[in-house]
Amino acid sequence: MKVLYFAWIRERIGKPEEEVELPASIATVGDLMDWLKKRGEEYAYAFDNPKAVRAAIDKVHVQPAAKIAHAREIAFFPPMTGG
Amino acid sequence: MSVRITEAPIDVAAETAALSRGRVGALVTFTGICRGEEEGAPIAALVLEHYPGMAEDEIKRHVEEANKRWPLLAVRIAHRVGRVAPGETIVFVAAASAHRQAAFAAAEFLMDYLKTRAPFWKKVERADGTHWVAARQTDDAAAARWKKPGREAAE
Repeated sequence: MKVLYFAWIRERIGKPEEEVELPASIATVGDLMDWLKKRGEEYAYAFDNPKAVRAAIDKVHVQPAAKIAHAREIAFFPPMTGG
Repeated sequence: MSVRITEAPIDVAAETAALSRGRVGALVTFTGICRGEEEGAPIAALVLEHYPGMAEDEIKRHVEEANKRWPLLAVRIAHRVGRVAPGETIVFVAAASAHRQAAFAAAEFLMDYLKTRAPFWKKVERADGTHWVAARQTDDAAAARWKKPGREAAE
């Protein structure tokens, strides 16, 4: 599965995207965030305040409880500040 | 509908002229400009990042929602990405209709949702360093005004 990072989350993790092999126990976006947090201190830093992180599955906004089965790409990013 | 994300400067006069034709009797445009200062300190530039594909899709979803709510004849949106200098246009939103009420409301609706739902992020460049712009709760409140009871608007 492809995971993408934007803005300060991208900077903290140090890469814009990566391919990850997920254990079968990872069912939701929130599970994925918890799993990523344990991958290293850069991830722990990026996800240290889960309330400040937004997510999208296949380019559509989702909540942390969203199921990730069948997702092609999942993105994590801060609250949006465009316009 | 025209939705465009561009690294090139936005020509507001040309964007506006493209809509002033046919049955259009009212054209409301909004131009968001890069301010030259932030909390009293001068800035060098804003650097805008976006999620390619999702940014376009998200804006188009809200244009479709606007078309359901108001009798619009045309909508035109352009958004800059990359480095934007003070005084340059960051975003241009135009709504055209036969009469003004629909055009005013749709332009405001589109801008409120664009600020809170379209995946763009601003970074400030100053002489002493860079930092990411924090999201404002007043923007969330502005977007929430358009929610219809009993459903999540434009989700």
